[in-house]
Amino acid sequence: MPGERRGAITSPLSRGVNFGVIAAFVAFTAFPFFWMVITTFKHTLDLMNPANNPFLFNQLPTLAHLRMLFQETAYAKWLWNTAWVGGIVVIITLLLAVPAGYSLARLSGTSGEQLGIGIFLTYLVPPTILFIPLSRVVTFLGLTDSLWSLVVVYPSFTIPFCSWLLMGFFKVIPPDIEEAAMIDGLSRFGAFLRVVLPISVAGILTTVIFTFTLVTQEFVYALTFISSSAKFTVSVGVPTFLVRGDVYFWGSMMAACFIASFPIAILYNLFVDRFIAGFTGGAVK
Amino acid sequence: MATVTIRNLEKRFGDVRAVDGIDLSVEEREFLVLLGPSGCGKTTLLRMIAGLERQTRGDILIGGQVVNDLPPRARKIAMVFQSYALYPHMTVRDNIAFPLKAQGVEKASIPERVERAAAMFGIELFLNRKPRELSGGERQRVALARAVVREPTLFLLDEPLSNLDAKLRTLARDELKQFQRRIGTTTIYVTHDQIEAMGLGDRIVVMCGGKVRQVGSPQEVYDNPADTFVAGFLGSPPMNLLRGDDCTVGFRPERFLPLAVHESREELVPLWFRVNRVEDLGSDRLLYGTLHDTFPNERVIVNLPFTVHFPVVAGGVYEFAIKEKDIKFFDKATGRRTEPRRFWAKR
Amino acid sequence: MKQTAGDLPARPADTGFFGRLADDEKVLGRLMLAPAITYIVALIGFPLLLALFYSVSNVTVGTHGWPSFVGLANFRHAIGNPTFPRALWNTLVFALVSQFFVMILATILAISLQREFRGKWVVRLMILLPWVAPISLGSIGWLWMFDSVYSVINWTGRALGIFGKDTWPIWLGQPTLAMGSVITVHVWRLLPLATVILLGGLSGIPKDIHDAAQMDGAGVLRHHFQITVPLVRPIALVALLFGTVYAFTDMIVIYVLTRGGPYETTQVLSTLAFFTGIDGGDLGGGAAIALFLFPVLAACAVLILRFARQAEVT
Repeated sequence: MPGERRGAITSPLSRGVNFGVIAAFVAFTAFPFFWMVITTFKHTLDLMNPANNPFLFNQLPTLAHLRMLFQETAYAKWLWNTAWVGGIVVIITLLLAVPAGYSLARLSGTSGEQLGIGIFLTYLVPPTILFIPLSRVVTFLGLTDSLWSLVVVYPSFTIPFCSWLLMGFFKVIPPDIEEAAMIDGLSRFGAFLRVVLPISVAGILTTVIFTFTLVTQEFVYALTFISSSAKFTVSVGVPTFLVRGDVYFWGSMMAACFIASFPIAILYNLFVDRFIAGFTGGAVK
Repeated sequence: MATVTIRNLEKRFGDVRAVDGIDLSVEEREFLVLLGPSGCGKTTLLRMIAGLERQTRGDILIGGQVVNDLPPRARKIAMVFQSYALYPHMTVRDNIAFPLKAQGVEKASIPERVERAAAMFGIELFLNRKPRELSGGERQRVALARAVVREPTLFLLDEPLSNLDAKLRTLARDELKQFQRRIGTTTIYVTHDQIEAMGLGDRIVVMCGGKVRQVGSPQEVYDNPADTFVAGFLGSPPMNLLRGDDCTVGFRPERFLPLAVHESREELVPLWFRVNRVEDLGSDRLLYGTLHDTFPNERVIVNLPFTVHFPVVAGGVYEFAIKEKDIKFFDKATGRRTEPRRFWAKR
Repeated sequence: MKQTAGDLPARPADTGFFGRLADDEKVLGRLMLAPAITYIVALIGFPLLLALFYSVSNVTVGTHGWPSFVGLANFRHAIGNPTFPRALWNTLVFALVSQFFVMILATILAISLQREFRGKWVVRLMILLPWVAPISLGSIGWLWMFDSVYSVINWTGRALGIFGKDTWPIWLGQPTLAMGSVITVHVWRLLPLATVILLGGLSGIPKDIHDAAQMDGAGVLRHHFQITVPLVRPIALVALLFGTVYAFTDMIVIYVLTRGGPYETTQVLSTLAFFTGIDGGDLGGGAAIALFLFPVLAACAVLILRFARQAEVT
């Protein structure tokens, strides 16, 4: 019940319990990231000394790990690769999923609902079933060890989910607005372009963020198709490359993990309300 | 049965004063109506009495006991919501039984009490159905049964008829009033529909902007409105309010009749009335026009019941008249009632 | 549009091919849907068929040209592999146990988040972190926290006196602990999604119903269990099924944390398929193992459909 004060009369005790519960959960979910940040700035000698209290900076904080990460590894390149793949996949996804979502919402009649769910269900087919045949397809297309392989394959899971999500967003727009536009002289497609899309900017942005998140998270395909370290995405590069034999460069690894996680989380948080509205709007009714 | 006393009640949402210092007392067995436009604070007031909202300031007493800090379930009241708020996943029987179970009533007596409540509203046949299988009117009766089953000392009703079809509403209104008379529970009823208020209320509390404008029986608020707001809110078509030089003049459309039709000539004020348009509604005729020589720029509506045989045409000018006591005067600045004065030429 | 009033000039768009197309809703609908469907068929449907084909062939990484049909040999070989029953068992255990905890925790969290309070945005950000962060990176964070020498969990346990002198759990090295650690990371990752979905479901319950329950005298427990929970159940089931699918098909968490060890005790079907197919080169065998995931997935899909339809509160 957003924005609502539930139960006019609440006791301080229940409020305290509530606060405690939430604090405990936040500690659980956020601690690993908090720990990443601390580890990033801790001197290696401090980290590698089991006698030290890990919660304190027993030696002065250092930027050495960050330096190593950006200067001695291809991390920056990996970030760039991920962003690049993400950007193109977002474009491809929008180009295909936006019209598909609209078609499902408005133009497909009663079968539109079923079709939408059917499309969504293909999202549930996991990469672990598809990655073997897809690796052969990728080899066949000559895209092995190329980021283009990811660009081609990633929309296979972003498009189903986003079509369904967008269907939910488009459904919520009152049909009256398009009908008024059509009476005013636009065609159905014209109404879609000139009236519906501008109204749906928020929903489309949500889809963009979500797609980007899906891309940055993907691991199986990236691990299977790409082998050169310069072409890694962040998701694959960090676990594979920052471990040399038995030696884990924890400081740099933690830095790498945090830098790649936090900004996306902030972006996502801005849009999660809409995401859930579209998600539940597509599932319900 | 309970009395309700409200003292200096205030509710603020940030800077907005939804309820702005209200004093009110409700008598035992009374059917009190809170009437006003949306946003006037009537629902907020009702919810504070229910305990669903906590007041910013002031006291609420039910049955003489201060209930400010009591949660709803301790106040021995029942509420019917505009949406009926039936539990969609429970059958009608379970819906009605729920308050009894929640209050720990002994299990053995529950089925009988549920049957009795259902019988009061004629819904015995629906007990095993779910709310989504029922029509609006049927759901409303389930909501009432659920409210009644606990035998509360106070009923709170939040626009329970507004979701019904117009035709159903009159019937439902009649049933509701008869029912309340029969069981005699003190009832507070919120509505924005002034016809409902007039039909149901023993007393009406007219509210606007978080404040009480007038409290009185339907006749009192209708015949003696305390200010222009009450005057304009009650009555359909609304009271004609004409802005004069030093005051506002008001009279009801049905009191202004052709001079020839009035039974006696005593205390009659004759005025020329120019008819611009006639609406024949079957039971009444509505005449839209102006007071030809006194207020030529203000629109006046006149309501001629069908029993008045007086032919009128658009464009015609006729001599109408109104009893002096039926003309109300309001202060131009504050809108409150003032003493009568003479604005017409002596005959 | 198509019919123009007699005295108005016909719009040029109306008479051309594209003009009429832009109005023909049936064709337009199909045309707008076609690219997406084509993509899905090409990159999911086709590979799925290919996976089926590979699973009954002897294709390996080194195969050029067409592999030959070997019937159910791959499946028999897969089931015969001693690791297989273990992997199958683990897959089910990890998915179900983690979802059990996720649902309970997410319910508690979602209900707690119903109240308005300051700083909600920040709290939500922190709660979403596990879900939004790339899976491999979050898992690496836990890898560090579970480290056999430097685990901050162990240090804190010792410092608080919970762990005695002889207790130093090797979270990823001892079989039962390793399973527990994997389940913990699954729960950690999937909790935000379930919470957010439940929050959406909770906010879908009309406020009036909560008010009515208060008026009717329901105490906190009765209110939650007899009113809120039943009304949120359909959408909660959708969240549960989603989480199950994610946990069931996950390969990343285990790959990063344990690589399936120690001694295959945390191997699941997905990782087994990966190691067989990519590391071992036996694509046919890998495909066969992966296909064992399919029946459960299909069942989940059907159930999601059924419950999503029920998630309508009148």
